[in-house]
Formats: sequence, structure tokens, C-alpha cells
Amino acid sequence: MKPQRILPRLYRVQQSRLETYDTWTLESEPVDGDGVFSFAPGQFNMVYGFGVGEVPISISGDPAKPERLIHTVRSVGAVTKALCSLKKGEEFYVRGPYGTHWPVENAVGHDVVIVTGGVGLPPLRPAVYHILSNREKYKRIVLLYGARTPQDMVFTSELKRWRARFDVDVETTVDAAKPGWHGNVGVVTTLIPRANFDAQNTKVFICGPEIMTRFTILELQKRGVTTENIFVSMERNMKCGIGHCGHCQLGSVFVCKDGPVFRYDKVQPFMSKREI
Amino acid sequence: MKTLDVILADHPFFKGLNAQQLKFLAGCSSNVRFEPEAFLYREEDEANNFFVLREGKVAVESYSPKRGAIIIQTLSKGDVLGWSWLFPPYHAHFSARAMELTRAISLDGKCLRKKCEEDHDLGYELMKRFSAVMIQRLQATRLQLLDLYDQSA
Repeated sequence: MKPQRILPRLYRVQQSRLETYDTWTLESEPVDGDGVFSFAPGQFNMVYGFGVGEVPISISGDPAKPERLIHTVRSVGAVTKALCSLKKGEEFYVRGPYGTHWPVENAVGHDVVIVTGGVGLPPLRPAVYHILSNREKYKRIVLLYGARTPQDMVFTSELKRWRARFDVDVETTVDAAKPGWHGNVGVVTTLIPRANFDAQNTKVFICGPEIMTRFTILELQKRGVTTENIFVSMERNMKCGIGHCGHCQLGSVFVCKDGPVFRYDKVQPFMSKREI
Repeated sequence: MKTLDVILADHPFFKGLNAQQLKFLAGCSSNVRFEPEAFLYREEDEANNFFVLREGKVAVESYSPKRGAIIIQTLSKGDVLGWSWLFPPYHAHFSARAMELTRAISLDGKCLRKKCEEDHDLGYELMKRFSAVMIQRLQATRLQLLDLYDQSA
């Protein structure tokens, strides 16, 4: 591993944008002025909030625009709360990028179905940017996104823009809504039976809580999608990010080093095992 | 223009029914249309029919004075709506409201109940199909209860 990926690098917040009541997007640039941060869609960084700690955060920006490093963070614990409270001009440390990426190159010539829920969309957004920038290389593109309520949905303006395109099917759904909401109500898995894709020629990317991933795969299998064409992003308690500490071990793999993106058949045996 | 028995025969819900059964069902059917915000039925209404949605979107919702209306589920083209006509006391448990212009085939449940008592083959075929819909909706409701998008899940 290159030393620069292990050494933390200081970044300064250029913009902090509230996505939902508990989720912020931080756009930052390196303090040392060397502006390029190359990464592949689906990779993550270890992000350090001063005096609080370090957490793995997926990169949510456009891989074709590496001059700004973008993370979308949901405030759920001490470190993420500290990161979400950062204002323009404040600094934090970053090391990375780490891990495997969405197989956007392997998906060329295929339909691509992206299924995500909650804050699972940010780790997939770089893949969406890449696919849309290279739209002619792919067949049908379907994006299915679920959230608890309309207020929990991230990147709503972008979702609208993507939906307005004629070359991508975007369907969203929420678990509960009040009148005034004109979208779907029901879990994200209910969108799969009616989605328009060729199950025999599809690559599926899934990112969301593990329970959502499992039930999504069951629906996809009913449509005839095979496990070797399904890719999932896994989450475990990561500490080092480079496969040394063992905190994120899942059966025979390390999520930080061998993942976070796995072909489903590689992790299938471990997914529903209570003992792992 | 397609006749109702042809439309029903093309629908996955009715797939496998014989021509005579389809003809009978078509005799109990009518085309209906609901403007946005119109109710297909309301909670506590007598449940005398069910709907095969052909176009549009319908919210299945419940109302409480303190919380107002809560949408539990939305259904759209191809979905089957309503099974309270099958079970006593034949009253709707939720309301169904058109979220946009909705076209559907309405099937007369009262007429079907009577016929199913006389023709158990048809009754069994319909019960099989409604059981599948109910299981699908039950599973979806269970997933909603699991709070699928909770990051700690």
C-alpha cells in the first residue's frame, strides 16, 4: 500500500450542506494545496474528527472531478456528530481511499440496476455519476431508492434531475407518508417486480442496511438475477481500514480490504449467520 | 378495442382461469375511472368490490383525528386492490384514494361471493390468487415494521 494512503492528510471544509435533518454533505480541499484525490466509485476514506475519533465514510462525489473531496455523513455517533458540525474553513484528517469499488467497467454492455435505501445512496452516487457520464456504454439504467419518510431522502434535487432524463428509470419510495406526497409508499423491495430490466443481462449494485440488502436479493432472485451478477456494499466496525486490525472481519474476509464492495456469492454464506 | 374478458385474461392475476370462468368474471366487471383525490372507497364502507388497476396510482390510507391521514401503501398499474369483500363483515378496513387519474376494472364482489359458493372451482382459484396477494402485502408490511433503512439494522 502506498504510504500516502496510510498517512492522514489535512482537509479544509469548503462547503457544508444539510441534506436531511441528520445528514450533511461536506465538500473539502486539501490544506497542502495538492488538489487531486483520485478514487474509484464505492471506495471509502477513514475520516478523523479532531479529539473525537476516526470513522469510515464513503466518498460521495464525482470520480471525474477529483479536485473536491465529498463525503455525505449521517450524524449517528460521537465522531459523525462532530463531522456534521464542521463549518466552512474548519479542518479534519483524511486517509484513503480504501477498499474495492463498484464494477462499473464489468457492467459495460449490460443493464444496471441500482438498489439503495436510507444513506446507502451516497456510496453509490459516484457510480451513478460514472455511468451517466458514459451512458452510451450501458443498456437500461434503473435506480430504486427507498427511505423511511420523504424527509429522510438525500440528494432530492439530483434525484429529480436524474428522473427528468429519458435514459434512466428512477423510482423512489418511502415507508410512510402523509397526503401531499405523490410518490410511492412501501419498502424498496416492492419496486423490483415492476422495474424494467433484463434479468439475464443485468448487473445489480446494492447499498443499504444489511437487512434491506438481504430482502432485496430475494426479490431479485425471483426475477431471475443470479448471485454472480449482484454486488453489495457491506458495513462492519472498521478501525484501521487496511486489513490489519481484524475488527471488520466477516468470515474469511476483511470488509475494509476485501470489500466494502463484494460480489454477492463471495459473502452470501456469512450474510445471515448469527454467529458471524 | 379489447373486451373485458380479454383484458382480464391478459392480466397475471387471472392467468390460468378457463374461458368460462373469465367470461363470468367479465360479466361481473365494469370499467371505472377516478379523478385525482377521489376515493375508490373509504374505511368502514361496505366492501362490495375489488379493483384491478389499469392506470394511475392509489394510496391505501388510514385516518386518525390526531395524526390525520397516513398513507400505508401505494398501488399502481397491474396491482389488485381490495379483499374485504371476501370476508365478513364485508367492510373496508382502510381507505383507497386516487393520487392521480386512475383507471381500473371494478369487479362486483357480492356477485362473485354468490358464484364462488356455487362454483367451488372458481372459488378456489380466486382464493389462491388472493392468498398470494395477501402474502405479498403481509411480507411487505413485515419489512416496513423491520424499519429497513435503520443503519443499525
